[in-house]
Amino acid sequence: MPKSLISIHDFTKEEMLHVLDVAQEFEKNKVQTLLHDKVIATLFFEPSTRTRLSFETASNRLGARVIGFSDAGNTSVSKGETLKDTIKMVSNYVDLIVMRHPLEGAARYASEVASVPVINAGDGANQHPSQTMLDLYTIRQTQGRLTDIKINMVGDLKYGRTVHSLLQAMSHFNPYFTFTAPDELKMPQEYKDFLNSKGIPYTETRELEGNLNECDILYMTRVQQERFTDPMEYEKVKNTYNLTASMLQGAKENMKILHPLPRITEIAQDVDDTPHAYYFKQAENGVYVRMAIIAYLLGYK
Amino acid sequence: MEKGGKELKVSAIKNGTVLDHIPASQLFKVISILGLKDCRNQITFGMNLDSKLLGKKAIIKVADRFFEETEINKVALVAPEAKINIIKNFEVVEKKVLRVPDEIVGIVKCANPKCITNHQPVPTKFSTAYENSELKLRCHYCEKNTSSDNLKIITEN
Repeated sequence: MPKSLISIHDFTKEEMLHVLDVAQEFEKNKVQTLLHDKVIATLFFEPSTRTRLSFETASNRLGARVIGFSDAGNTSVSKGETLKDTIKMVSNYVDLIVMRHPLEGAARYASEVASVPVINAGDGANQHPSQTMLDLYTIRQTQGRLTDIKINMVGDLKYGRTVHSLLQAMSHFNPYFTFTAPDELKMPQEYKDFLNSKGIPYTETRELEGNLNECDILYMTRVQQERFTDPMEYEKVKNTYNLTASMLQGAKENMKILHPLPRITEIAQDVDDTPHAYYFKQAENGVYVRMAIIAYLLGYK
Repeated sequence: MEKGGKELKVSAIKNGTVLDHIPASQLFKVISILGLKDCRNQITFGMNLDSKLLGKKAIIKVADRFFEETEINKVALVAPEAKINIIKNFEVVEKKVLRVPDEIVGIVKCANPKCITNHQPVPTKFSTAYENSELKLRCHYCEKNTSSDNLKIITEN
């Protein structure tokens, strides 16, 4: 079975650091058409803008051709084709598959039936490892290191897959966590158990103000309406946090704000003009990191 | 029938396997895990028998059949306290202690409704672990845990 990236656990610490180094090289030298004779499929069974566009940009920058779909509605999936058959067929056409699917575990299954590497671009609320890799890249870029970083994670810590994967990836680097969330969206016990088992310290709070001056990274998240089954529950928590520029006066000079985007009300527009805002650069980094992941899985880097 | 001064509620077998100390409520799950529905051997079972240990227990006796270790260990998923006795010529020649296998393929349904295995023809696969002495099955696909209280056995139609 070719090497795939489905879950952040699929990469060792050494592999993560290697891919980050390769990404740094791509950021310095953006045009490297290593894959000029390759075809990459982007199969998006669920809509996405950023992730799909950055994977397609990454593929194009590497010189590969891209085929795929951005909505399963007008494909054979709507005729009842199984995921297995779709993947079997596509893996005979292309050299690598990037896939997003609303069902959890779909990417792992696809990697087991595909004859080419598969990159998971999100499987429901489960994993989204390229996002985690670009978060790591951005943390290292802004702080000059990955070890001993104080991270304050804010917002939907219950359903947010990005915070769960980032927490697991950072566990290699001796972090200190603050979890800021309303009671309804607290960090699940299984992740706190994981940190306890690794001896990684954390504190939990409901308050955003008062916890902004200690951290190196402020990792904001959106409360995702699509994960709620009860609209009343969503209404109760959707506007819990609203970060404004005036709240950042006591923040450390090196402190950077990250956000997987899209943001709604959790970061006010006036924050964009502060030196702490880094989320757009973070999204740009996604291209370099995805170039590095693709090149690594295809054996070029 | 009398044996050692004890009355047997389910008659003895000459050769085969006895599964004793199954919680009464788990009997049909054990039958389904071992696929006994399609077994052609003589099978006798008793349910709601008095038990000091379990209150009400169940027992299964399968004549002339000796299960593979990997097969019988699956019973531990629903009846970890069950006792397995191998009978030869009416005598217990071996007692087996059940051990939950490290990996479970098929048998159990993933409790996550959004898991791919509940929507596409994908056989389930779990790794097992104990968390605070409670059995957890971690899905190989969706990475979510299924705990022993919401464990559902996949029954073939």
